[in-house]
Amino acid sequence: MPSSCVPLATESSHADRAHSLVRFTEIAKSFGPVRALDGVDLTIEAGECLGLVGHNGAGKSTLINLLTGALAPTSGSMEVAGAPGSVHDPRAARALGIRCVFQELSLCPNLTVAENTRLVHPGLRGWNWSRRAASLIEAALDTVFPGHRIRAGATVASLSLTERQMVEIARAFTTTDIAPRLVILDEPTSSLDASTASQLLAHIGRVTQRGCSVLLVTHMLHEVLESADRIAVMSDGRVVGCDPAGVHDRDSLVALMSGGTHRASVARLAADRRTGSSQVLRATPKGGEPLVANQGEVIGLGGLAGHGQTEFLVDLFSARTMAMVAGDRKRDGVFPLWSIGENISVGAYRKHLRHGLLNLASEEASAEEWRGRMKIRAPDMGNPILSLSGGNQQKALFARALDSDAGIILMDDPMRGVDVQTKQDVYAMIRAQAAAGRTFLWYTTEMDELYECDRVYVFREGRIMAALGPDEITEERVLQASF
Amino acid sequence: MGRAVLPVRVDARLLLPVATFVILLGAIFWLQPRTMSYFGLNLMLNLAVPLALATIAQMMFLTINDLDLSIGSFVGLVACITATWLHDRPWLGVLALLGCIAGYAAVGALVQWRQLPSIVVTLGLSFVWLGLAILLLPSPGGNAPDWLASFVGFHMPLVPLPIVACVVIGLFTHVLMMRTSFGVVLRGMGGFSRAVERAGWSALRARMTLYALAGCFGVLSGLALVGLTTSADANIAQRYTLLSVAGSILGGCSFFGGRIAPIGTVIGALTLALASSALTFLHLGADWQVGAQGAILIAVLALRALTGREREA
Repeated sequence: MPSSCVPLATESSHADRAHSLVRFTEIAKSFGPVRALDGVDLTIEAGECLGLVGHNGAGKSTLINLLTGALAPTSGSMEVAGAPGSVHDPRAARALGIRCVFQELSLCPNLTVAENTRLVHPGLRGWNWSRRAASLIEAALDTVFPGHRIRAGATVASLSLTERQMVEIARAFTTTDIAPRLVILDEPTSSLDASTASQLLAHIGRVTQRGCSVLLVTHMLHEVLESADRIAVMSDGRVVGCDPAGVHDRDSLVALMSGGTHRASVARLAADRRTGSSQVLRATPKGGEPLVANQGEVIGLGGLAGHGQTEFLVDLFSARTMAMVAGDRKRDGVFPLWSIGENISVGAYRKHLRHGLLNLASEEASAEEWRGRMKIRAPDMGNPILSLSGGNQQKALFARALDSDAGIILMDDPMRGVDVQTKQDVYAMIRAQAAAGRTFLWYTTEMDELYECDRVYVFREGRIMAALGPDEITEERVLQASF
Repeated sequence: MGRAVLPVRVDARLLLPVATFVILLGAIFWLQPRTMSYFGLNLMLNLAVPLALATIAQMMFLTINDLDLSIGSFVGLVACITATWLHDRPWLGVLALLGCIAGYAAVGALVQWRQLPSIVVTLGLSFVWLGLAILLLPSPGGNAPDWLASFVGFHMPLVPLPIVACVVIGLFTHVLMMRTSFGVVLRGMGGFSRAVERAGWSALRARMTLYALAGCFGVLSGLALVGLTTSADANIAQRYTLLSVAGSILGGCSFFGGRIAPIGTVIGALTLALASSALTFLHLGADWQVGAQGAILIAVLALRALTGREREA
């Protein structure tokens, strides 16, 4: 059941309702079979800072996209500034006074700071627009980040990442015709240093006092605890709790995020494994705790997305003893113009060489074998790889890695956007292959997949923060170490 | 900022095109001192004006990370229209030229709508333009409208017309693309289109605008060319396609990222036009000229790649 995030007072008195800037009722959003939001009730009051926290994939980004007009809800009702109906497009969001600082930044590197300011203000045109844009952004930078050393005439490409983020944030607070009423900050401090981050948090305090609302989305729990008036916690597409910041501390937030459920780890693999199997890998990412992998183990790499797991796998990779299953299928997985069979056999094509030429018959036979073993749903392995569904493409990539004679298989969050049935097929395959003596290093952002592992290392800022044994893998333990 | 009084901020990227232009011009003056006169400069630079206009058209494509492989054929088509219809039935000629510009805008819409690679689309179109031009004027000929010939052949007091024309083209496009709030949105589309669309601007409209602008400058290029040569031929401007790409890159534009430099682009086009004159003055055989021009291009663009890398570092 979706829990409510409506302050008690507004439920009874009709007069207070006018103060709610944003009101979501039973909002749901599905992408095909995936339900990103599953009945969200949430209000943002005028002049408050609402913190929004949750694990990767909890639905925070979808929520932001609804507010900025990039997506429309599948069902449920949305009310912004008293007007019912969804935000149709970015222009409508702007007209309502909604501004957003995106995590991946939205500045044009080839333009100057002032020119980037002009992009978000249609009114900045005509005579002398560039001087007006320059003084606007300089004033905003002076207010939010006093002592900054950014010139309005500087090209964004010449700025450091921190400076770019400062510009993007200051730009959201500039006003020409429509004053900002809700500023959404998505991981605003991810590239800021400690002093600029505290300047930003102080500024949030000032603007909320003037009646502007702020939605602060962050993994930095101490920041929401410090600056937010209320904190909404999301998990699996729902708001599972929304209380004044005062009642929370770090542990209570983490407990809420894990949904209060304590699923025990399923240490099914460890039991029937030969004891005392030999160590095949020992690596120490960024001088933290070492990672140890024994033969036939499935090792999970957990933690929030982007905390060094992929980089660790890439650094570790060596073509002779390992095979890699890429996470971003489109970017570094499939060869889009090749057939399914060719996509599988390219990993170990030497097996099919006869006198320096490819033996097509043996290549085909091995493709057929993998179709059966991986349950790839294709009428013909000679069909182009793109004729497969995403899940089956991913199975082909698994087959490519397993087709090699590598002893260690690295997996870079490979199951993103894959249906449940495919996942079950692949999990079974991994178990069978591990029993046969292969070692798996499996980075995943999904808790359910960590339960499939023998041991889990949790990453934070590139280091290993916790090593969890078979009996210790719980969502709470993983989240504790992630934040 | 005190420097803002000048309409042109001095940019390090301008250094290379200006330096190569000055060196080349100096070499020509040294080889053939008689070029250092009103008449000599006029003769040497007047064919640079249509090339400069075509290069600016190419720059419009580069603004949004596209490439126009049809500009040479397009200028040829415009030249054929100018030397036939515009001369015989002016209203039909004007209509046809406006239709050419609208056609360019439509191509922009197609590229945006179907997310097609511009290189493929314009490569195909180059044959369409060439075919239309041959249909219109099967063998070289036609006549330039009198008003056009007398305008292009006008003798300015003191400064030769081609120089004035190039300065006007450079300053006009610089103000249009680099100084107006309108140009910012167009360049932003080349820099990071998603961010610009998030701010509520239409990528379709931006691409159509830039393609239409390219069409305008292509038409101007064809007009200037016919005014100078007084007759036309479907193949008259084939080499403009690659020269316009080389000229804009030499002038400081990039293939990616919406980085353009209108003034540098005009200077780049002038440099390439001068390069062929310089080779003539060197008494290089006609057989060797094309190859030598290619060598100069490679050398200059290699320099540009080197200086570009230093800036990134």
